[in-house]
Amino acid sequence: MLPFAVIVVAFLGVPLYYVIHGAFSTNTGGFTLANFSAVFSHAQYLRALRNDAVLALWTSIGPAILGLWFAAAIVAGNPDGLLRRIVASASGVLAYFAGAPLAFAVIASYGTLGTVTVLINSLFHVNLTNTFSTASILGVGLTYFYFQIPLMVIFVTPALEGLRPEWEEAARNLGATRAQYLRRVAAPVLAPSVIAATLLLFGSAFSAYATALALDGGTIDIVPTQINLALSNNVIVGQTNVGEALGAEMILIVAVVMVLYWFVQRRAGRWLR
Amino acid sequence: MSPDLTVAIRGVSVQFHGVERHYRDSTALAGLDLAIEPGEFVALLGPSGCGKTTALRLLGGFDRPDAGTISVDGADVTTVPAHRRDMGMVFQAYSLFPNLTVADNVTFGLRIRRLAKAERVRRAQELLALVGLEGHGGRYPFELSGGQQQRVAIARALAIEPKVLLLDEPLSALDARVRTQLRGEIRSLQQRLGITTLFVTHDQSEALSMADRIGVLNAGRIEQFDTPENVYRHPATPFVAEFVGAMNRIRGRVGDRGEVLLLGQRVPYQAATGQHPAPGTLVDAMLRPEALEAVLDVAGPGEIVERTFLGSALRLRVALEPDTAVIVETSSSSDRLGVGARVGLRVLADRVTVTAPSAPSADSVASVAIPSAA
Repeated sequence: MLPFAVIVVAFLGVPLYYVIHGAFSTNTGGFTLANFSAVFSHAQYLRALRNDAVLALWTSIGPAILGLWFAAAIVAGNPDGLLRRIVASASGVLAYFAGAPLAFAVIASYGTLGTVTVLINSLFHVNLTNTFSTASILGVGLTYFYFQIPLMVIFVTPALEGLRPEWEEAARNLGATRAQYLRRVAAPVLAPSVIAATLLLFGSAFSAYATALALDGGTIDIVPTQINLALSNNVIVGQTNVGEALGAEMILIVAVVMVLYWFVQRRAGRWLR
Repeated sequence: MSPDLTVAIRGVSVQFHGVERHYRDSTALAGLDLAIEPGEFVALLGPSGCGKTTALRLLGGFDRPDAGTISVDGADVTTVPAHRRDMGMVFQAYSLFPNLTVADNVTFGLRIRRLAKAERVRRAQELLALVGLEGHGGRYPFELSGGQQQRVAIARALAIEPKVLLLDEPLSALDARVRTQLRGEIRSLQQRLGITTLFVTHDQSEALSMADRIGVLNAGRIEQFDTPENVYRHPATPFVAEFVGAMNRIRGRVGDRGEVLLLGQRVPYQAATGQHPAPGTLVDAMLRPEALEAVLDVAGPGEIVERTFLGSALRLRVALEPDTAVIVETSSSSDRLGVGARVGLRVLADRVTVTAPSAPSADSVASVAIPSAA
């Protein structure tokens, strides 16, 4: 327990303290709310917040749907089957394949001179770069799908496995068709787990930093870009604390998401235990 | 219990004709023939893998036979899908819909049938009263005990006024006290409603105490289909004898006057196969532990090697000679029947079933299927 506590304090507690402390501090160390005032009054920060929220929304809902579909497909199959083991293992690995390595892989594949881009161009004479850029909100969002879908598979598979075959048989025995069973029993039972998992995906997408930054290179208006610009003093000198306020605001939103997740998960756990 | 029950259930007949079900590497049913009378409570009893659950699932419509037919009330239902069979099924456990209240669970089938809400509410109240759960309609399954959940499952199954009630080991997940209590409740409910019921269990005490008739299944076939008393007292085959209750196999010799010489006594016999062996033939007599009596006798041929107190009875293991022992159950609580005491044995049964002798090296105790205390 002690080693775990030391790691949590060192790698989560201390950085969290510095971000929050910095967000409420002036350049000289005094207390201020001006950094948050700047975050919520400057158009570029508000635009970044809005873009990030929209990005997190569609990169959580899309992968949630696809992940649920994949998970349902593997749960319906043989529990000891090869496909299930492969998907489970791959999900475990891919869910944590984010940040700079993922960004590099995407650029190396779909960037201007990426292998897939060049291959498609040479085979079909279609230049992907005319319609798609990895350094765009669409590019960043689709890249998030790489780890969001496996995350969803990991989150929702236990809930799907918790659906007891007896429930469907009982429903059929009472006269329900499969569709009626899905609508009246399976969907309501799964809903809290799916909503909870989608909230986690939203939190994951909203707080993603390295992947977005490595992909866009500071060219699109999302929160990670603005934090990077503020911290590196690239545009205006002395904006470090504003960057930390942006970081604190991300932490706050993720915390709210986690609280919502906890409430929803409690309901799911009650039904599926 | 509700005195003015309006649930309209009519007992119907059920027939399995030569039903077979094979899986890739096993046979679950190898030509099952079974005729259940209207309003009858039939238990299918057998070890794991004997095909009893398969038979129940086939009747419920959850599976299709590879051969044979299943009829309900004279109509062939072999290919009718589960949701159109009007069968009420109670599963082992945890089959209540967790997202619905108790009342909504009970009325699930009625809602599917688009019954008016007022009628659904009335029916839920009536059925919950029937299973002793008045006032529990607003609770969720996770707020109920295992026994209460199974009562709700029974009410839910009965709500649709099923043709047949199917019970798939509904008591197996409950603790012993609740199991015994619910056993009686299910039986009295079934008798009150007159609903044809097929009950699957591996617990012989449940089958013996609840059913009108028991079908003992082995390797996908019915070994015996008879009343509990006949299955216990007059097992048709060695398998039934050894599966239902505890059974001693004691070596004897057939006499010339229709009796078998056994433990120094002459006892009338019946042959398990129906064919009487010739006088002088060695046979195994099958005797329940309670059909033997151990009598203290310092010169007796047996020695008590194990003594188990069962509450209402004593179970003794009596060694007759090296590698040969019998089990005796007696209502005597005498402390003198202790380990090490010498005893003689008396056959109390007025008739024994004999079968071909088991391998010569086998000791005389063959059975050890001890009925569960529950």
